[in-house]
Amino acid sequence: MLEIKGLDVSYGAVHAVHGVSLHVDDGEIVSLIGANGAGKTTILRTITGLNKASSGEILFDGHDLRKTEPSKIINLKLAHVPEGRHIFAQMTVEENLEMGAFADGKGMDETMADVYERFPRLKERRRQLAGTLSGGEQQMLAVGRALMAKPKMILMDEPSMGLSPLLVKEIFSIIKEVNRQGITILLVEQNAKMALSISNRAYVLETGSITIEGTAKELLKDDRVRKAYLGQ
Amino acid sequence: MTKGKKLSYLLNLLGVLLVFGIFVLLFETKAFGASTQYIKGICTTACYTIIMVASLNLVVGCMGEFSLGHAGFVSVGAYASAIVSNLLTGKGLPDIGLFLAALTAGGLAAGLAGLAVGIPALRLKGDYLAIVTVAFAEIIRVCFCNFEITGGGKTMSGILKLSDFYWCFWIMVICVTVMYMYIRSRFGRTVKAIREDYIAAAASGINVTYYKVLTFTVSAFFAGVGGGIYAHYMTAMIPTNFNFMYSAELLSEVIIGGIGSLTGSILGAAFLSSLPEMMRQFSQFRMLAYSVVLVLVMIFRPGGIFGEWEFSLTRLLARLRGRYHGKTGKGGE
Repeated sequence: MLEIKGLDVSYGAVHAVHGVSLHVDDGEIVSLIGANGAGKTTILRTITGLNKASSGEILFDGHDLRKTEPSKIINLKLAHVPEGRHIFAQMTVEENLEMGAFADGKGMDETMADVYERFPRLKERRRQLAGTLSGGEQQMLAVGRALMAKPKMILMDEPSMGLSPLLVKEIFSIIKEVNRQGITILLVEQNAKMALSISNRAYVLETGSITIEGTAKELLKDDRVRKAYLGQ
Repeated sequence: MTKGKKLSYLLNLLGVLLVFGIFVLLFETKAFGASTQYIKGICTTACYTIIMVASLNLVVGCMGEFSLGHAGFVSVGAYASAIVSNLLTGKGLPDIGLFLAALTAGGLAAGLAGLAVGIPALRLKGDYLAIVTVAFAEIIRVCFCNFEITGGGKTMSGILKLSDFYWCFWIMVICVTVMYMYIRSRFGRTVKAIREDYIAAAASGINVTYYKVLTFTVSAFFAGVGGGIYAHYMTAMIPTNFNFMYSAELLSEVIIGGIGSLTGSILGAAFLSSLPEMMRQFSQFRMLAYSVVLVLVMIFRPGGIFGEWEFSLTRLLARLRGRYHGKTGKGGE
């Protein structure tokens, strides 16, 4: 579904991502794990066009994403949940969800009913300003907003950031649930243990290059991964 | 929902008609005696200031960007409309047709200027955008000081006195209504989303630059209309009228009234534009009073006097009715 070949990204003189190749197949959850500054977020932002690649290929469903306007990528049914819960703080929960359906407003009411069914907490707070939600609820809102675009695939950037362990568990079970309904997921996480526990496959990113790749089970047993990312 | 909306528009129209009726009654019965004509003039001033301030509020309140060059768009509108009305005089158009044509021309010219400035400038944010808009207004002022057609630094005089209060009142109502509908529409909400978080907005598939430029252009258009009324009220103007202080004055009216509140803009502009006229003898203290008021507002009401609150006639009526029936409702302007 998503295929990246030989991707290079630079911020001015800083070469943040070197020759990264990865692929995500239909219906999978794939994790990209790595330390701070390894280039995980850069890769996601490059996929959705918020950063520009200097070379390489990004194909989604046969479309060349490097040649697609960032605002048109959502029309290809590829949604992005940005890092740090980017929600519209001064708008209500419902308005936030409506913005998610910006690109494709058809059948919005049904999609919203689905989202409310999945997140009853959001329904309770639909008229509340999004900025007054708790961290976990804001993250749910960000995921709900992505679902409003009826995506085939969602890119998730650090969904566990700043959440309590209990909420992290909840968010990850939501991600798994979303995936079970047929939505492919590329997950970027620092919480390697949680990420690997729900993923099919994973890539380990170190200073801009992929050093290890394999199924989640293999990686959980891999000594290097255990030492560096699982603290064992 | 739609029925309620229609009802609320109807109610607001009735409200506006009532206000208009009061003005007509006051002016036609010469309630102010000899100074009626003078008061009528002040009300006209308030009308065009309301349009200018409300249009600036689109950029400052709705989009959350600081523009310090609104006087530039006002002057483009003022000069363009004056030139058009001079060209069209004696072509057999009735006064009101001439006036509307001139205002449309002024609005379009200012809108085009907004588009031309907006496309490169709106890639910038915050302070940088403010600097570019200041520079634009200065460039326009210097250009108009040198163009033959705008009087070349001398006063451009002999503009027809077309700004009649009754017409200006309705033009103001239409402009404010259109801006209100813009803010309440899908466009307005999209622009607010960009203000809240442009990364999330871009991730939702919003073309950030397009919507910002669109709002900037709409704002400039209405500033130009306001400028057109100004020109046909003053009948003579000089480019230095539209200096940095004028932009700052408009901006301070937005801030005092309430950033993001059209109600605040209307009341702020009406009050602050008529106040100095009413206290002519203290006019040299006007900027001093402004700064004191601004500082007080910053301390006690950082969001402006009205914040983002909008007056709603429907809500007010519903609340009044609620006293008797114990019901509440909402909606409307």
